[in-house]
Amino acid sequence: MTREKPSFRDELEQLEAIVRQLEDPDVDLDRALELFEEGVRRLKVARTLLEQSELTVKRVLQDADGTIRTDELER
Amino acid sequence: MADVTRRARQLIEAGFDRLWVRGEVTSFKSYRSGHWYFTLRDAEAQVRCVMWRGDNQRLPTSPEDGMEVFVHARPTLWEERGEFRLTVKQLIPTAEGGLWQLQLERAKAALERDGLLDPARKRPLPPYPERIAVVTSPDGAALRDIVSVLERRWPAVELWVVPTLVQGDGAEDELCAALEMVNALPEMDLAIVGRGGGSREDLWAFNSEQVARAVAAVRVPIISAVGHETDVSLTDLVADVRAPTPSAAAEAAVPERRATQDRVDALARRLARGLGNQAELGKERLERTADRLGAAVQRQVEARRHRLAGLSGKLDALSPLRVLQRGYAVARDEAGRVLKRAAQFSPGLPFRLELADGEVRARTLEDDA
Repeated sequence: MTREKPSFRDELEQLEAIVRQLEDPDVDLDRALELFEEGVRRLKVARTLLEQSELTVKRVLQDADGTIRTDELER
Repeated sequence: MADVTRRARQLIEAGFDRLWVRGEVTSFKSYRSGHWYFTLRDAEAQVRCVMWRGDNQRLPTSPEDGMEVFVHARPTLWEERGEFRLTVKQLIPTAEGGLWQLQLERAKAALERDGLLDPARKRPLPPYPERIAVVTSPDGAALRDIVSVLERRWPAVELWVVPTLVQGDGAEDELCAALEMVNALPEMDLAIVGRGGGSREDLWAFNSEQVARAVAAVRVPIISAVGHETDVSLTDLVADVRAPTPSAAAEAAVPERRATQDRVDALARRLARGLGNQAELGKERLERTADRLGAAVQRQVEARRHRLAGLSGKLDALSPLRVLQRGYAVARDEAGRVLKRAAQFSPGLPFRLELADGEVRARTLEDDA
């Protein structure tokens, strides 16, 4: 029952950290390029999440033995 | 003996219809059986009363000594004691709010004693929740409202509905069990408990001390959203955030897409500018070194320039601004969603056109032209 999706919060926090590092004039160029590439990757993920338009709605059920499971809720 | 009391009882019961009586409650006692015994009195008289469990269990709490009440009752005689008495079917305090108010105050005082109303207990809501539990009726208006707000505002979440009764017999126990279950769900960021509006009786379960304690025991931040905007319920007081309606709870739960888009765009610009500055600095440093070290390093400089150029291309591809500069525009609806198909432009729909240097507000022409 773990999440399949990347976390928007994580992507945004990482992106902010990357930008801050990249803005440090003492960072060397190779590192700057790495940071930039990673930033672009995370930017892409964040934008994908931002454009997501399908809400997932699940219903929580408990079986007789106490096991918790979920199914899709009909809407 | 028994004959006399039986005849007296029959006379009394035949001589009176059910009647309304007003008086002050004294010597109130609730027995283990659930039956209530008390005396009603006014300045001139007093009478013993009984209210059976079956009649009193619909009331939110018991009356207090000294409380003035109306009772709807049948006069009778308790034969074993030869005592005149009223069998009370209904009991209504004369004060506004009556027993509901009293029940609420009693429960509130108990929660206060345990520190559950302390403002310092309130936790901030997570800025970008990904999994939200909602404890409510699966068929209610509350769930529909929450779903529609999330769809419009921030659909990048999983909504886990923990179904429960929200009113009627068993609602309190089900609500408590559902709230407890929230603690067993994996990776939950936030919870909402609530229901749509209703009468005071309908909303009663949310004024139950037991349910309020279950809300306080939820381990993730929780929003309480119970019906009418004006009434504050007990669950509102112990929750981290009180929302006046389920829709308002959904709005409080998730960020606004447009504002977040702006934040991401700002980061994209800083990322591009950051690299640009680093590239300038790096180029200067390398050129200074190259002057001294000659061709070997020059090749390294070229390699890096090449890599930089490739990355800039990637950045351009990512940036919608680049496309806009070629004369294209992006149309977005009020919620910030990109409108990609003609069918999305219903007549009269207001939308925004995003151009390279700013945005224009627009509206689809009506069909009659």
